[in-house]
Amino acid sequence: MSGDTLLEVDDLRVTFPTRTGLVQAVRGVSFSLGRERLGIVGESGSGKSQTGRAIMGLTPPQAQVSARKLAFDDIDLLSISPRQRRSLRGNRIAMILQDPKYSLDPVMTIGRQIVETLRTHEKVSKAEARERALAMLQAVQIRDPARVFDLYPHEVSGGMGQRAMIAMMLITGPELMIADEPTSALDVTVQLDVLKILDKLVAERGMGLIFISHDLRLVSSFCDRVVVMYAGKVVEQIKASELRDAQHPYTRGLLNCMPRIGFERHPLPVLDRKPEWAA
Amino acid sequence: MSAEIIQSRREWLLSDRPASRLQARLGRAYVTWRRFSANRLALIGLLIIIALLVVAALADVLAPYSPTIGDLKNARLLPPGAAHWFGTDDLGRDIYSRIVYGSRWTLYVVILVAVIAAPIGLLVGTVAGYAGGWTDAILMRITDIFLAFPKLVLALAFVAALGPGIENAVLAIAITSWPPYARIARAETLTVRNSDYIKAVQLMGASPFRIVLRHIMPLCVSSLIVRVTLDMAGIILTAAGLGFLGLGAQPPLPEWGAMIASGRRFILDQWWVAAAPGAAILIVSLGFNLLGDGLRDALDPRSGDQ
Amino acid sequence: MSVAENQAAAGGGSARAVAILSALGRFLVIAVTTYLGLLAVTFFIGRVIPIDPVLAVLGDRAPVAVVERTRREMGLDLPLIEQFYIYVKSALNGDFGTSVLTTNPVMSDIRRVFPATIELATLGTIIGAVIGVPLGVLAAVKRGSLIDQIVRIIGLIGYSVPIFWLGLLGLVLFYAKLQWVAFPARLDVVYEYTFTPITGFYLLDAAMQGQWDVFYDAFRHIILPAALLGYFALAYISRMTRSFMLNELAQEYIVAARAKGLSETRIIWGHALRNAAVPMVTVIALSYASLLEGSVLTETVFSWPGIGLYITNSLQNADMNAVLGGTIIIGSVFIGINLLSDLLYRVLDPRTKAG
Repeated sequence: MSGDTLLEVDDLRVTFPTRTGLVQAVRGVSFSLGRERLGIVGESGSGKSQTGRAIMGLTPPQAQVSARKLAFDDIDLLSISPRQRRSLRGNRIAMILQDPKYSLDPVMTIGRQIVETLRTHEKVSKAEARERALAMLQAVQIRDPARVFDLYPHEVSGGMGQRAMIAMMLITGPELMIADEPTSALDVTVQLDVLKILDKLVAERGMGLIFISHDLRLVSSFCDRVVVMYAGKVVEQIKASELRDAQHPYTRGLLNCMPRIGFERHPLPVLDRKPEWAA
Repeated sequence: MSAEIIQSRREWLLSDRPASRLQARLGRAYVTWRRFSANRLALIGLLIIIALLVVAALADVLAPYSPTIGDLKNARLLPPGAAHWFGTDDLGRDIYSRIVYGSRWTLYVVILVAVIAAPIGLLVGTVAGYAGGWTDAILMRITDIFLAFPKLVLALAFVAALGPGIENAVLAIAITSWPPYARIARAETLTVRNSDYIKAVQLMGASPFRIVLRHIMPLCVSSLIVRVTLDMAGIILTAAGLGFLGLGAQPPLPEWGAMIASGRRFILDQWWVAAAPGAAILIVSLGFNLLGDGLRDALDPRSGDQ
Repeated sequence: MSVAENQAAAGGGSARAVAILSALGRFLVIAVTTYLGLLAVTFFIGRVIPIDPVLAVLGDRAPVAVVERTRREMGLDLPLIEQFYIYVKSALNGDFGTSVLTTNPVMSDIRRVFPATIELATLGTIIGAVIGVPLGVLAAVKRGSLIDQIVRIIGLIGYSVPIFWLGLLGLVLFYAKLQWVAFPARLDVVYEYTFTPITGFYLLDAAMQGQWDVFYDAFRHIILPAALLGYFALAYISRMTRSFMLNELAQEYIVAARAKGLSETRIIWGHALRNAAVPMVTVIALSYASLLEGSVLTETVFSWPGIGLYITNSLQNADMNAVLGGTIIIGSVFIGINLLSDLLYRVLDPRTKAG
């Protein structure tokens, strides 16, 4: 682990009441994070997104979140007031969502949305906020920041939108970034660009990153460490470089799904799902 | 023992492998009913409408006095009391009896309007949707034109030309209320027009007329019923409005809107003459609104929160 | 991304111009056919349904010579299509014939009474929107709570109650019993002679002339019918606001706004409502149009000298020219608002600007 501990998660549980009873989406997840890049991998419904949202404090109001410990920089996230929680969000902990088409407010210009994050957390003048937003747009490699500043989200491409999203979330200089499938909705051609920008900024600023994805290959090439989740539980924690030696059959299954150049595989492998892994 | 029978009956209804068409249909109806009856307000609405039907059917039994002949000498404008529950009007007629009989006219209006307007809308919508092209464009333009008109004012002008009377009021309301049904029927038609089973019927050589009548129209009925139920309240209110303006039912018919109009002259001193029929209108249209909301939610769970 | 979107994003100026032109063309076709439809229907009502349109216009007590002259004047000896052409032409010129009741041209009568209706409907819509929008927002935010139920029931009753009946009860309570409001009219008789309106909107005129006693009196007269109309607008507006807000609050950008650390107030009013505002404009415009229409019943109850009362008075006297003229005017404004709200929707939503 590199550096001090930024986030500590111990026995995190997220429970939803439904008509048929309680459903646990996250069932006792534990991990800790320093200023490093941690990948959380799992199929849809594995609880990876709810884990990220529980850390942010963005689970739906009917959901119950409990944990033996959920601490960010030694602040107990579950015991502080909603107001204190809010002052952390977007300020010290930020989050990037999947699809900029839906996660940017469609009737507000990109510039205003970036400025809004900044002015929520810092007392800065309008002019200064604009300057910093433009600089931030430059930092996410948008060529013509002044023009993009005044555009509405629908007027830019998906890749540009996601860069704007990153700019919006990074402008306050957070220490922890949770990226929930940040490139899954983008064209394959721009996915890598956006990832590179994210990687560079995270490295430059010495942030901790939680990268949530269903794509094990992407995560393994991009992160230092990988947490594999299945049915709300962590089935394996492993260094990305040691992924080849993964023990758990589910992780192995995920790895085997990856096509490799030069190997033709018939029939395609099917993921094995054993009920006892979820137990 | 009986609990077991009920249990097995439920299983039969909820079976995901129905053995017959009847079982499948009953099963679907049962699921819809369970969803509907879970909604308390919808049940209240259903109860109100059932009560309306019962009152209309049993008016002769329920009404203690004649709805049209009053006791001018002794019973003019009496306040509510033991002899006359809702009081009497200026002609000495028992208001409670008039309201009981008035339920028949309310039913008469809503049923007649539905029977005239819904088939017109259904025909226009299915033909437009199935034919497509210019037919569709022209029919829908006409529909939209009617949809853009102010309904009450147009109905007013119609009755003004046709002459006052409850039949003409019904006609005027029907003429102005078919466009939404046409829109719904067209939308439903478009979703099934290119489906395989319609293709199959076409291949078997069925005429377009037969396809529309036998294979498309039946599919539009359930969403049409929901919409008609939701519109009932509006129809009752428009009819009452026309009655209030003296264009609908004519005296001495005990139509609720006309009763409010006749009570208007005494409103400041004998408020009950106008109060009771208005409350009756409110309750019945509320019933239709609650029922319609409940039906929509039960038949289309997606729109549950709208 | 579709091809069209790509072109728009690339700033294809000509593609955008074509899109705007075709939208404008469609709008014009809709506007023209709808107005022609309205005129066709009123023509049908006035000339085709009555067995003798002359009698319908003059009443059955007119002398024979007058009947004959009017028949020729109305062009009833011409073929129907030609009659319709003349009808459309004169209607476009604002010529709806003469009112039998007032002996004035119908158009000048309507010009005199219309401001009263506009004033009433405008105040009603303002009341409905100012109360209805926050109620709808509250109901959506506190979904399933007591306040949500209350808003729902207020709305349901608004959909179910006969407006004229509620008006009568309101008069009994607020005028006769509590004496909070003035009797049914626009102004006290005292002021009818001392006050000279400029625009025809009495509240505005009185305020502009600084005659605050007149303003107060006009307010006491208008508030009850306006509140009544406002209640109907509120029922519709709060229900639609709730529905739009629920839709917006479920969107991803709301999650993003929370992730930014914004306060709930800011998220609800600054983001969700701003997005809901675009369809809300249409809803408010439509409820304004329906209040204009509803004025027919409200004005009758409150003796409010607007176009609604004008139509119903003419009805009672079988004054068909006046009835149809009033119908066309209300219909035209109604259709106009419908069309405008559609246009406004496009202008307000930045997403549709691109084409």
